[in-house]
Amino acid sequence: MANEPISEVQSGRRRVVELFLGGGLLASFLSFVYPVIRYLVPPPVADLGGDEVVAAKVGELKANGSKIFRFGSRPGLLLLNAAGDYIALSATCTHLSCTVQYRADLHQVWCACHNGLYDLNGRNIAGPPPRPLEAFQVHIRGDEIVVSRKRGA
Amino acid sequence: MLTRIRNWLDERFGLAELTAPLREKTVPIHSRSYWYFLGGITLFLFGIQVCTGILLLLYYRASASEAFESVQYIMTRVQFGWLVRSIHSWAANLMIFTAIAHMFSVLFLKAYRKPRELTWVSGMILLFLAMGFGFSGYLLPWNTLAFFATKVGTEIAGQVPFVGHQMMVFLRGGEEVTGATLTRFFGFHVAVLPGITTLLILLHVALIQRFGMSVPPDVEAKWKADPAQAREMHFFPNFLLRELMAWYIALGVLGALAALKPWDLGTKADPFAPAPAGIRPEWYFMFMFQTLKLIPAKIWFVDGELVGILVFGLAGLIWLLLPFFERERNGRSSRWILGLGVFALAYMASMTVYGYVAK
Repeated sequence: MANEPISEVQSGRRRVVELFLGGGLLASFLSFVYPVIRYLVPPPVADLGGDEVVAAKVGELKANGSKIFRFGSRPGLLLLNAAGDYIALSATCTHLSCTVQYRADLHQVWCACHNGLYDLNGRNIAGPPPRPLEAFQVHIRGDEIVVSRKRGA
Repeated sequence: MLTRIRNWLDERFGLAELTAPLREKTVPIHSRSYWYFLGGITLFLFGIQVCTGILLLLYYRASASEAFESVQYIMTRVQFGWLVRSIHSWAANLMIFTAIAHMFSVLFLKAYRKPRELTWVSGMILLFLAMGFGFSGYLLPWNTLAFFATKVGTEIAGQVPFVGHQMMVFLRGGEEVTGATLTRFFGFHVAVLPGITTLLILLHVALIQRFGMSVPPDVEAKWKADPAQAREMHFFPNFLLRELMAWYIALGVLGALAALKPWDLGTKADPFAPAPAGIRPEWYFMFMFQTLKLIPAKIWFVDGELVGILVFGLAGLIWLLLPFFERERNGRSSRWILGLGVFALAYMASMTVYGYVAK
């Protein structure tokens, strides 16, 4: 039986059966894989920060001092320069996302990971960072220092 | 008694037949036979990792609020916990070291040649997996160094054109490195990677068993000219006993390192603290880290780090497929591969040293 030659009609039928079988297996396989792939993509997290945050209280920072504050889910850097002005920058290095720090000795912003340097306006001036740090707006409201994203940025 | 058990098994399973290949396996003896030990030592260290890893699992908790404290608990309260964790960390580093040494020995002794191309490829994938083990395991204590290393590492994955961002989100379990990243890395480290690695080790060893031990070309030529010079020993028990001796020495070195230089835990990760000065990755990523530090911000309109990442990616791919670039034995392509190997070793060694010396 197994060795009998098959006619053209039979082989045509066989091809149809193979197509259905293969297609069905493939479809069922895809239906297993699809939920797995969707499962692997994490659900989005709501950004709790909004566009404005209280970074510090007035008087909290000394001249030539700095602090890291939470801006949504990312860190921001608030510093008080020698002239007494507050400056707020994104603290996420534009190179590979380490958190930068203010170097009071250099009067510059420094990233310890790969030795990147920024000036107080956030401009990348040395090392590997390809872009400047995002600068935020600073308002003083009562005794609170409020940092907000620049409009249209 | 033992003979009776063996006879009982032999009668049912044909044990003698099953173990025949092991008894017939031989290992060539020549001046560079010592390099044959490195793969076995790497395998032994992997076994240590499995055992100590299971022990650590009994106390470790994979969440951002508990991971650091649970490792602290292992190191301070659990009896010999410090030793188990220390051995796990040291063996991980030694394993990567012996795997890299094994890789270069195979390269320089030309053991990657036909018919062993796939043995090389499976070995290279195993080395990449070992680095994946290192990278994912590094985060698990949830300390500051690990936090930033993971941030940078996953950011690098995110720089890959087209699929980078999805890859980064997949690795981090979100847009940022958070507790979700820790949970994922834990899953990779204790389930995904061990499963794949075990299968690949079986394949790697089966391929070695199939092709036998490679003999360096100059020795092979000499033996061919005068077959009387060819010398070999039985794998079982002659080579295995020597290998066991090497394992015992490796265990001694490991125990001494773990006891005399217990692995640091550092400080708990704070996502809202700046990266500490002097931050650096594990030594086997150092040459890439130092290169990324030196690359300028822009290379001809393209971000410098992107160029670096693409070059390293390409180099890794070429390395993986190295045996296929050798067209003829002892020809030009063969000399190129030798030159490339020497260059890679020199580059990795000098950049690593530079990374540790440079501020």
